Amino acid sequence: MSNGVLVFAEQRDGHFKKAGLEALSEGRRLADKTGGSLHAVVIGSNVQGLAAEAGHYGADVVHVADNAALAKYSTDGYAKILTDVVRDVQPAVVVASATAMGKDLAPRVAARLGVGFASDVTETSVDGGAFTVVRPMYAGKAFAKVAFNRAPAVATLRPNVFAAAAPDAGRTAEVKAVGGVVVDGLAAKVTDILAAAGGKIELTEADIIVSGGRGIKGPENYPLIQGLADALGGAAGASRAVVDAGWVDHSYQVGQTGKTVSPSLYIACGISGAIQHLAGMSSSKFIVAINKDPDAPIFKVADYGIIGDLFEVVPRLTEQAKALKAKA
Amino acid sequence: MKIAVCLKAVPETDTRIRIAADGRSIDPTDVKFIMSPYDEFALEAALLTKEAKGGEVVVFGLGGDEVPTVLRDGLARGAERAVHISSAGIATHDPMIVGTVLAAALKEYGPDITFFGKHGVGGDNQAVPSMVAEHLGVPQATVVTKIEVNDRAVRCEREIEGGLEVVSTTLPCVIAAQKGMNEPRYPKLPAIMQAKKKPFATKTAADLGLSAAQVGDAAATMTITELRLPPARQAGRRIEGDVNEQVNGLLSALQNEAKVL
Repeated sequence: MSNGVLVFAEQRDGHFKKAGLEALSEGRRLADKTGGSLHAVVIGSNVQGLAAEAGHYGADVVHVADNAALAKYSTDGYAKILTDVVRDVQPAVVVASATAMGKDLAPRVAARLGVGFASDVTETSVDGGAFTVVRPMYAGKAFAKVAFNRAPAVATLRPNVFAAAAPDAGRTAEVKAVGGVVVDGLAAKVTDILAAAGGKIELTEADIIVSGGRGIKGPENYPLIQGLADALGGAAGASRAVVDAGWVDHSYQVGQTGKTVSPSLYIACGISGAIQHLAGMSSSKFIVAINKDPDAPIFKVADYGIIGDLFEVVPRLTEQAKALKAKA
Repeated sequence: MKIAVCLKAVPETDTRIRIAADGRSIDPTDVKFIMSPYDEFALEAALLTKEAKGGEVVVFGLGGDEVPTVLRDGLARGAERAVHISSAGIATHDPMIVGTVLAAALKEYGPDITFFGKHGVGGDNQAVPSMVAEHLGVPQATVVTKIEVNDRAVRCEREIEGGLEVVSTTLPCVIAAQKGMNEPRYPKLPAIMQAKKKPFATKTAADLGLSAAQVGDAAATMTITELRLPPARQAGRRIEGDVNEQVNGLLSALQNEAKVL
């Protein structure tokens, strides 16, 4: 694996995404294991300044495609640049983040290269020179170990799983402008971004998640869940029952037909714990269940269980969490 | 308009997964297969597009004996005809191979628009729509919650972290549907009966001009070397007492034991 590792370091609006920094950090660790260099690819508009930061996170060489036409994501524009750099560098491994952008882009690039692809990876290893990964299937009800039969291996990393390293401001990287960028006549382009209200924290990126289930009884009570999430600096989620009832939008759903999440702390309020929900959140580091039914299956996976009425427990917990934050 | 939908048969989402004797796949004994939940939104989007613009819907499915039922469900909901591609000799664990095979079948048809579900539940690769789009050389929009087609222009909204991206593209293209895109219809009994008379073709890799060297195990770009169940989580500790004691006990545990606050 002498040609090292290449990371697509995702940025939006001139800032690396947290998942992008995680990918750079994991890329550095992989490059150290294999003895090769770490190449980073940064694509966007006015992103020159990010090259130095990529260096702080471990990149040896940063390939920057900076063009006003790349300000917003486009599958074909970004895929062309990334594929060109991969063909030039010939890395053993290509890593992106399993984000909205990475999940759209990486398989297209893998198909163009005709190489193996694994998505939403949760573990990587280098065994006797060979790169292998572990990825969840069946929404986390099983884990597959995957080996790659052609180089480069292309993988997207699940956000929130791989640690972002502490940046080293003393580290510098070689910066290369990606030349000959063709960005005219993009076949599909993002013409606008409609932001969700209130700068919502994305579930898959959140370190703390508070989710509500059928136990919240109606949409008018969802603010209780959102309130606790806000007090803890986390994101609010929901079970499928709550989404299918139309109480909140599908983007809140955790579980097999929603999002699979791995936060440090998951607080399930009034969620009984159907197998589809458990699949989506069982890889959380710590799980708290608040439910008045002592036989609810959620208690079987919870590190801490409170048998009680969420309408009493959650407001009190929110109040205490706020007091805690105020003290800190 | 020629509209294609790729449908996948997957284990019911409440299936308790057991690992097969080979240690690399799931044990299919007693597993009930259903249309992958996101494919229902893809199929509905296809039917709505046909109703608005005219044309026909053809459903495609790659797999074994579990596939025809799902394709017939597609016919019962309103598709005109179905193409079952038998997975015999095809390395279906590899999304790259699946993409190659589906692209070959789609090329024979030449659709203006091809719908997929955002991902096939179970495999969870979320890769095949992008790969098929690449093989067909057409643009893609994935995780789509809204679509408008005006002549050849297509406007989609796709879900991203904390919002939506508006994607503008043109036909032909590949669209991967997210939950929330529409409300899938369910087939009525007469339609289920009529579906049995609709054209239903079965094809092999060879029929699509694909050799074992192109789509067999030897062609696979990746290999699942092991499939295992996650470590079972142990039930932890109940925090007893009145509400105040429970809340204080929990916060103390999260701060001092778990150290997550």
